[in-house]
Formats: sequence, structure tokens, C-alpha cells
Amino acid sequence: MTLDAETVKKIARLARLKIDDQAIAGYSKNLTNILQLVEQMNAVSTDQVEPMAHPLDASQRLREDRVTEVNQREQFQSVAPQVQDGLYLVPKVIE
Amino acid sequence: MPLHHKTLAELAQGLRDKHFSSVELTQHYLNRIAQWDKTLNSYVTVTPERALQQARQADALRVKNTAGPLCGVPLAQKDIFCTHGVKTSCGSKMLDNFIAPYTATVVEKCQEAGLVMLGKLNMDEFAMGSSNETSFYGPVKNPWDLTRVPGGSSGGSAAGVAARLTPAATGTDTGGSIRQPAALCNLTGLKPTYGRVSRWGMIAFASSLDQAGPITQTAQDAALLLNIMAGFDSKDSTSLDSPVPDYTTTLKDTLQGLRIGLPKEFFATGLDDGVARVIDEAITQYKKLGASVVEISLPTSQLSVPAYYVIAPAECSSNLSRFDGVRFGYRCANPADLLDLYQRSRGEGFGAEVKRRIMIGTYALSAGYYDAYYLKAQKVRRLISGDFKRAFENVDVIMGPTSPTTAFKLGERSEDPITMYLCDIYTIAVNLAGLPGMSIPAGFSQGLPVGLQIIGNYFTEAKLLNVAHRYQQVTDWHKRIPPGFE
Amino acid sequence: MQWESVIGLEIHTQLATKSKIFSGAATAFGAEPNTQACAVDLGLPGVLPVLNKQAVRMAIKFGLAVGAQVAPRSVFARKNYFYPDLPKGYQISQYELPVVAQGKMEIELDDGSTKVIGITRAHLEEDAGKSLHEDFHDMTGIDLNRAGTPLLEIVSEPDMRSAKEAVAYMKKIHSLVRYLEICDGNMQEGSFRCDANVSVRPVGHAKLGTRTELKNINSFRFVERAINVEITRQIDLLENGGRVVQETRLYDATKNETRAMRSKEEAMDYRYFPDPDLLPLVINTQDIEAARQSLPELPAAKKRRFMREFELKDYDAALLTADRDVANYFETVVRLAGEPKLAANWIISELSGRLNKEDKLIQQCPISAELLAGMLQRLAKGAITGKMAKDIFDAMWNGEGDADTIITKRGLKPTDSAAVEKIIDHLIAQNPAQVEQYRAGKDKVLGFFVGQVMKASQGKADPAQVNSLLLEKLKK
Repeated sequence: MTLDAETVKKIARLARLKIDDQAIAGYSKNLTNILQLVEQMNAVSTDQVEPMAHPLDASQRLREDRVTEVNQREQFQSVAPQVQDGLYLVPKVIE
Repeated sequence: MPLHHKTLAELAQGLRDKHFSSVELTQHYLNRIAQWDKTLNSYVTVTPERALQQARQADALRVKNTAGPLCGVPLAQKDIFCTHGVKTSCGSKMLDNFIAPYTATVVEKCQEAGLVMLGKLNMDEFAMGSSNETSFYGPVKNPWDLTRVPGGSSGGSAAGVAARLTPAATGTDTGGSIRQPAALCNLTGLKPTYGRVSRWGMIAFASSLDQAGPITQTAQDAALLLNIMAGFDSKDSTSLDSPVPDYTTTLKDTLQGLRIGLPKEFFATGLDDGVARVIDEAITQYKKLGASVVEISLPTSQLSVPAYYVIAPAECSSNLSRFDGVRFGYRCANPADLLDLYQRSRGEGFGAEVKRRIMIGTYALSAGYYDAYYLKAQKVRRLISGDFKRAFENVDVIMGPTSPTTAFKLGERSEDPITMYLCDIYTIAVNLAGLPGMSIPAGFSQGLPVGLQIIGNYFTEAKLLNVAHRYQQVTDWHKRIPPGFE
Repeated sequence: MQWESVIGLEIHTQLATKSKIFSGAATAFGAEPNTQACAVDLGLPGVLPVLNKQAVRMAIKFGLAVGAQVAPRSVFARKNYFYPDLPKGYQISQYELPVVAQGKMEIELDDGSTKVIGITRAHLEEDAGKSLHEDFHDMTGIDLNRAGTPLLEIVSEPDMRSAKEAVAYMKKIHSLVRYLEICDGNMQEGSFRCDANVSVRPVGHAKLGTRTELKNINSFRFVERAINVEITRQIDLLENGGRVVQETRLYDATKNETRAMRSKEEAMDYRYFPDPDLLPLVINTQDIEAARQSLPELPAAKKRRFMREFELKDYDAALLTADRDVANYFETVVRLAGEPKLAANWIISELSGRLNKEDKLIQQCPISAELLAGMLQRLAKGAITGKMAKDIFDAMWNGEGDADTIITKRGLKPTDSAAVEKIIDHLIAQNPAQVEQYRAGKDKVLGFFVGQVMKASQGKADPAQVNSLLLEKLKK
């Protein structure tokens, strides 16, 4: 599979990454090479194989329904780029 | 013997015997960092005041005789572990302004044990790299040859310990990021079984592969540090709820009858001759210690790099979506609208390798490609895991080289991602299966360190440490310090 | 052409847990912005989710109540998209393997018949935060208190054929989750929200038309209106040679129209994959049995019991048991006042009518069960007339106190009046000749009756009242 410039732009947009126009060709080449490396997987048949999402064959542990967290807004928002009246601010969202 | 030639165990003994105080020891390392780190660039942040404060507390505990075994011993943390009140950058411009508002479990456990944190160590950006060249803070140099890379992603950890700018360090390993830099810097590095060490507060790269572990001078030190790092954490759903043994008690067990498997795939083309020779000698040494050797096959391990470069990017593409310039981290100047805020904050905040991996992962998960890439990789992962399962029916440990080559030149591979990815050809399968793996110093090739990789079955860290320790009792590779840094 | 509409609903119920689905932050409504958003909810680097046991229990209860399969193994997946109220850039949800699959819900139609609506699945997921668009110059404010609140998303089959059916189904689900006490059902606070998938097709066609998704329609009334408006729009479009575009639309209640959502214009590619931070959710038979034991009496069973125990008609019993709180209200009234049929009539007609008119839930009813019971007791004893009961009901609704207080305050003297009526009725029955004379025009006979009433009441009756009552009764 070759990742052409159009596809690179599409993926970059989906991933919300601004890529400069002059860098597109470089990404296209590198990503194509990586995909070719990845496609070596096709050498092995996996028809009857169960996908493995996790290294350990365990099940989810559950926590009790208890409130354990206290308000730390001031601390958390001290690292925020822009806040006002306790809210995080972003450029206007139009629904 | 200068203080910085001592291992963790020796430093702990010295503190117990009151040969020196934690403050003296900490100051000694802070001086070394001030003297040498301009050359190496192994630290992103040095925290002298905090360190000396912790050292004073440790000395007070020593006086009261309430100190734990490693209390007052200095240590440095990979900058991937959130540390309350300290910049936690993950090697990225994205987090250059991020003062963590909470503390990772690993860091907390070290603090509770009285370890003194010297600072935060450099690393590949978001742990994506095998040379430490993708760091926003610039490459780290290998103390064995300043024109070469220390390996990655825990490159700062390895270079820092190798140059004795800290007696030990923490690292994380997603595809070899503890073992490969340990190998390239003549150190002992241990990646525990997935789930053994809590991931809480450790900035995620690929959640189903990431695991933290120690980078130390000796296996004994690794055992001491793992005793502190390992254990169940209710804040991590993937943390394993089983007791942690004292890893130091079994270090001296005999290796008589140990069955070592040598996967033929680890000794095939691509392996540097000099590295192969060193590994052969190490295996010979193990035979002398009473072990037997059998050739095994891990046929699907050949596909571990391809499978990894789907799974790790897929997980990272999602894990790194939270870096959006809204609640923390880098935000671009004057965003025109919401889309611009996202695209430029992420485009400017992430480096090229991170962006490449996010895009590969995004592509592999996108509509129409999921089955061919992501699902296929998960199936290959199952096969790789099955290979190990079969192998461990007949052997106790698996050995081979950690890295196909010794440390390469800075800039030599940074332009070509594929050659960089192939650095981890022997380490990646271990992460995919979730097994524990180690690298220990095994000798030198043309003046550069070579690491021997030891892979164990699930939760056999004690066995790995035992196997490594017995070897270190009869060899002295691990005692070598890079010239100029003695 | 004759058109048929096809409707499926996705109902988001906020589960009534104390803490969030993956963190220990509180879920309480109405807190100061971002004071209930902890490190996990904010998606800080390095944080990890741990699943809330209570949320799982609630999902199991729902599954059992709709006769569904509770999956022995279900998987949490990440739904990836960027939006400011979604802190991690992905929502933890369930995709391929949901916790509940293949249930059903019976609804009653206007003609008295019933219809079964299929429930495709119900899955656990986390809620997003809120965007606030006012008060900031060209900026949007983000409050993440709601982020991480547990949701059970209940997805129906496209089995409904009219907005009325959709509302009936939605009401049934609303009733059920409140019976199960897994959701407070508060639609104003967003605890119970609904998206509708709407399409139309020519009657008789099997193939479904292109559907649109109507987002976040948050009252029963709006659901009906929004769906009807959308059906009309689609039919107009098709009859004028246009095409329906698959898109997400927002209902504007003030203009009573739907419009395409700007923020959803881009075709979404959610890139679902299993969340590597969470392991498969395994539910064993003991868990399911424990949940089954904890199930309350469900609407259908309660209805049967009401018919048996209180001798109510099918229709009345259905109305009274549709809402758990209404049923409880009814049972409280009956416990205090007896008279189940009288209580049923009053609750179904007067009380429900008034609640509907003022768009209130029974929990918001100004007349408590105790108050109504007090009034009905007097009515049943014949101590007040039906007309007076209605006046007292109005007064109680306006917060004027209990029946006795209102009687005193208004000087209704209802006790006397009722007694007087009884006396008059008796006299009329005893003195048919005098009644005949009066009706024939002999007005003086009225004096005879007044005297008799005053005598019988031992002078306690109010002469003016006696006069007017007599005039009324003798006229007939």
C-alpha cells in the first residue's frame, strides 16, 4: 500500500495534525515504507487465530462505587492554557 | 573507592554504616551532574533543592533507625513519570510547560522507600525512538563514545547511570526501551512482566505494551529496586494482584540444571559478528555455571517488528489524542478556530517521529483498514505469544543478543525510520507477549558494550535476576565504567 | 404516495451511581464548573480508568428487566474523535461486545393493542462534559463535571412507525429505569436523553430509506414534535424529487424545525478498538443471580397485582403503574385513606391532568399523597361534596395547606353543608305532598321546609345556606 499525498493529508486531518505542505512528501515516503514493513505480516496465515488485545489473560477488576476524589480545580487549572470562571476556554464551538 | 563507583547495595551499606550521609552522597551526585551533564544531556530537569531536602529527611530517619534498606540512596526518574510539582516533559515540546499536578505510583513508591530523586532523565519523545534522538531536549550522548547514541527510549536513564551521574534509574520499555539502552551503555536493565509494575502516572505510549523497570549497574541493584517498584495498584486495571517476592533472596540460587533456549531466529542474518561473538562467549560462561543449552525456534518472532508497528502506533494514536491544547500542555498562538487550535497545537507540539506514529496508527484503525492492519497484527501477536508458550515448555530461560549491533553514530539512522525500528528486532516480541526480559553487560565489541538478553516466562523476574546475578559473580563486564567518567 | 415512517431510538440514561464510571469523582448534578472533574476525568497524562462495580450491576438489572442476554464477557472500546468536551480525545464505550444484547419492550398503542419493540443492545459508556457558549467573547467554556458520568445507552430496533409509538416506547423505558432505580429519569438535568433515527419509505417497501439522526431531544413532548417535523421534512423532500442525506440534525424547539449540525458535518471515522487500559468485563452467573434477586416489582407485575388487590380496571392499573412514583403515590393514598377506586379516579383524572398541564412529574407535585388522602377521606365519608373536593384540590395545589385548613380558611363549613343536604334529602323523601305543592307554585311551603331543617339540625344550620340548598333541591 502506498500512502500518497492526498491520503497523508486525510490522515493528518483525522489525527488533527498540521503538516506543512513541503513536509507531505517526506511523510508520504516514510509512511509508505513503514506500511510495507508492516505488510510482511501477510506472510503468515491467521485465519483461525483469535486476536490478542492484551498480554494477560485476565478480567476487569471492579471498584466500589465510592467518591474518593476531592475538588482540585485550582491545582489542575494551574497548568491549563486558558481558563475563566473555572471553565476551560476554546475558540467558539458552533453546533 | 569514590562514592560513584558504588552500587546501590554498596551505597545502602555505606549509609547504614554511617560512612557518609545521604546529604553528602546526594551532593556528590549533584556535583557530578553539574560537571558532566552538559556533555551528556542525560537530564531534562535536575532537582537539587528537592533532592537535598529528601536527603536530609532520609538522614533523619537513619538517625532514628526507622529507615528502609534503600533510604537515602539517590536515584533519577525517567521523565515519563508524573512527579507532583516537577516538570514532566516526556521529552516533548508538548509538555515542556507541564508541571505535573500528581505523582506516578512508581515515583511515589520510591519516595516512600526514602530514595532521593536527583532529577528527571531525558528520553525519546513520548518514548518513541531507539536512540534518544527524538527528544525535544536534544540527543543524549553515549558515555562510551560521545559521537554515538545511548539507545532509547530510556537513553537518559542509561547514559546517566553509565556515567555515574546517578547510581540507578527508572526506565520504561514498550519495545525494548529499557533493555536496548542498557545493552548499549553496559548496564543491567529489566523489563518486568506486563502488569507487575503500576502504570499509573506513567505517560502512556502503547498501553498494552508499556512496562516500567529498573536500569542499574548490577542484577542485585535491579532486584533491590524492583522490590520497591513492583506491586499491585488499585488505580491500574492492568496491574496484577499477586504478592511480590523479595527478589534479593533468590539471587544466589544455583544455575545447575538451568535449561537455556537459544532461538535460532535471534542469531540469523542482521546480527553483527562482533555482537554474536560476545554472546557466544557469554553462553559458554553459562555452560560453565552448570546450564544446558538447546536451540529453539520462535518462528513468528520474525514478524514482531511488523506487528509492533501496527499495535504500538494504533494505541499511541489514541493515547496521544488528549494532547489537544485545551487542558494542559502546549497551545499554539492565536488559534483562528477550534480546528486550527487542535491542528497547530498538535502539529507544533509533537515532533516528526511522534507524528509519523500517530498517522500510521490512525491509518491502521481507520474504516476499511482495521481488519487488514490492526486485527491482523493482534492475530500475529497471538502467534508470537504462542511461540514463547511452547518454548517455555522445554526451557527455563531464553537467551540471545539484546540488540543486533552496538551503539551507532548519532544521526546515522535518524533519517530512516525503518533502520531505526530494526534496532528492536530482538526485544519487541517480549513486549508483545508481555513477558519479562533483561539485558546484562556481556562484553565489548570494538570498545563498545554488548548486552545479553535473558527472557523468562511470566512472573519469573526472580529467576531472571538470579541468572543474571550468578553471571555477574564470575564476570566483571558490569563493573566497567566509561573512560573519562571514572 | 403513502409514506411510512421508521423510527429507532438511542436512549442515554445516566446511571445513578455516586461516583463516575472510571474514577472516584462525584456525579452529583449542579456543582461549580470543573470541581467534580478529577485527574482521570480530565484525561491528564498517565491516568488510568478503573470500572465502577455499581454501574455494571445496574446494567445487568436493566438487561434482566428487558429479558435480554447479559453478556458473560463484554469489551470496552475507544471511540476516537476530537471535541472539547471529550477530554481524552476518545470516549470509552462498548462496541462489538456490549454488556446487554437482544431485549424487548412491550408498548400499548392508542387502539388498546400492544406492540413489541426490540432492544438491539444496551452498553456502558462514559458521558462527555458540557460546552457553554454564552458569556465568553468568541470563546466556548468547557465544564468537565459531567465527563465520566456512567451512561447506559439503550439502542432500539427500528421498530417504531410513528412519533407516538416512539414516545410510548421512550416512556416505557423511562418508567423501567426509574423502577429499577438505576436512573433518576430527570430529563431537565439531562439524566435521560434521546436521539432518534428517522427515515421514511413508501408503504409496502421493505428497504429502509436513508435515515437522519436527531440529537438530544430532551422531553417527551419535543421527541414527538421533532420526529413529526422531521418526517414531514423528509416526505416533502422526497415528493419534490429531492434526496434525504444521512446526517445528524438538531431540533430547534422555538422554530419547531430540524437543521443539520455544523459540528458533525465532517464524516466521522471513529476508529473503534479495544481499550488497552481495561480488561474484558466478565459477568458470571452468580453476579446475574444476585442482580435478579435485587430486582424490584416491575411495571407489568405491579399492574397485575393492582388489578387483583384493588379491583382496578386494566386501563386504570396500567396508568397507575406506568410510573413507579405514581404507583407508590397511589399505594400511599390507599394505605392512608382506603378507597382504592376513588383514589385511582382522582389520581388518574385530576392529579395527572394537572401534572400534564403544568409539565410536572409526580415528584414535583405540590399535593402530597398524605394531603390527597386527607381530602379523599372526607369525601368518602360524605363530609364534603364532589364540587367542594375539587375546590379543595385546587387550593391544596396552590399550597394553601391541608383539607381542614382550607375548609376553615374559606369558611366552607363543608361538614354542616353536607349534613344539611342529608337532612333536606330526608325531608323531601318523607314529605312528597309538600314537595308537590311547592313545585305547583305554593312558595310558602318553603317556610315549612326551612323550619323542619332548622329543627332537625337543632338550629345549627346556616339559614341562608339552608335556603339556597332547598331552592336548589326542590327545583328538580
